[in-house]
Amino acid sequence: MNQWKNFSKGFIKENPVFILLLGMCPTLGTTGSAINGLGMGLATTFVLVMSNLVISLIKNLIPDKVRIPAFIVVIATFVTIVQMVMQAFVPALYESLGLFIPLIVVNCIVLGRAEAFASKNTVLSSVVDGLGIGLGFAFALTLLGSVREILGSISIFNWKIAEGFAKLFNPETTFAQGDGMLVFILAPGAFIALGFLIAIINRLNKTKA
Amino acid sequence: MEYIIIIISAVLVNNIVLTQFLGICPFLGVSKKIDTAVGMTGAVAFVMVLATIVTFLIQHYLLNPLNLAYLQTITFILIIASLVQLVEIILKKVSPALYQALGVFLPLITTNCAILGVAILVIQKDFNLMEGVVYAIANAIGFGLALIIFAGLREHLDMQNVPTGLKGVPIALITAGILAMAFMGFSGIV
Repeated sequence: MNQWKNFSKGFIKENPVFILLLGMCPTLGTTGSAINGLGMGLATTFVLVMSNLVISLIKNLIPDKVRIPAFIVVIATFVTIVQMVMQAFVPALYESLGLFIPLIVVNCIVLGRAEAFASKNTVLSSVVDGLGIGLGFAFALTLLGSVREILGSISIFNWKIAEGFAKLFNPETTFAQGDGMLVFILAPGAFIALGFLIAIINRLNKTKA
Repeated sequence: MEYIIIIISAVLVNNIVLTQFLGICPFLGVSKKIDTAVGMTGAVAFVMVLATIVTFLIQHYLLNPLNLAYLQTITFILIIASLVQLVEIILKKVSPALYQALGVFLPLITTNCAILGVAILVIQKDFNLMEGVVYAIANAIGFGLALIIFAGLREHLDMQNVPTGLKGVPIALITAGILAMAFMGFSGIV
């Protein structure tokens, strides 16, 4: 199989969030800001790549009947590793993602790729597949996080847009920007922003086809 | 009194689906008809209460004394997976009628983050067993409330003339957003 095609399918054609509608809980729950979305996406990518790697290595050793529990144990192991590493090195991000880190274990994307791809394919294609889908997920989360952050607090990656531009032209300015539309940071904004993003992406896909 | 506060806060103020974003998959997946929404709610409530009790006991009488708290995630998900399987087997034997009603939803519940989420939250919030059970029941009610209201809305949505681009999932998500906004009106009660 063409590895590049295998890798790139996760971004648009089989994007887990926009097209397959999997893993909606972290998508909605952690995208209050772009940086949180990116952090969550990368944590999931790590789990996805490692579990795909291990599962494709041991796929012939697992009896068919107990394969789902076996997959879950492998995934849960890597989730625990991510949890400990993030708690030690990025405690602020760990705090703001909170409950959603242990919940990577029940993210349907991870179990779905293990069952549908890694248990049937070679090690190399499984790792490439995990990387592609994982980065596609991270891309979707960062995009949604950026949209919500721009609308909700007029900033991106914690960089205040209006104030930043004002400072760019006049470094001594005392201009302070106001608040954004708070609703986009809060829960309802997550649903509404994702709804419109999916509509736009459906539209783009249709014109291409 | 504190039980009433737990219930109101879990059902209305911090609704598990609409403000905490747990259990979104079934919320979007099985909300096309009210009947299936009711069935799913029953199955979730059953497993959620059972799972909370078992994980609470394991955490406090096995993991904590042995200093194995870092195994929480892996233990809890295995408990939930085996519990779902057990419930399925028992229901099939004891009450075929109930199994008929809930059977198809049970396998889906293992990967329902609401179950694992509530089990972990009970530990994080330092509830005792009774508070934990009340919290689980309240969250199950909150899940059912959101799911059934949303299913009712979607049944009507099917008959409306929606712009082509927004048909299907996008309009459902926007509806959910408005529903979440309505639930925000409850904030401040507790």
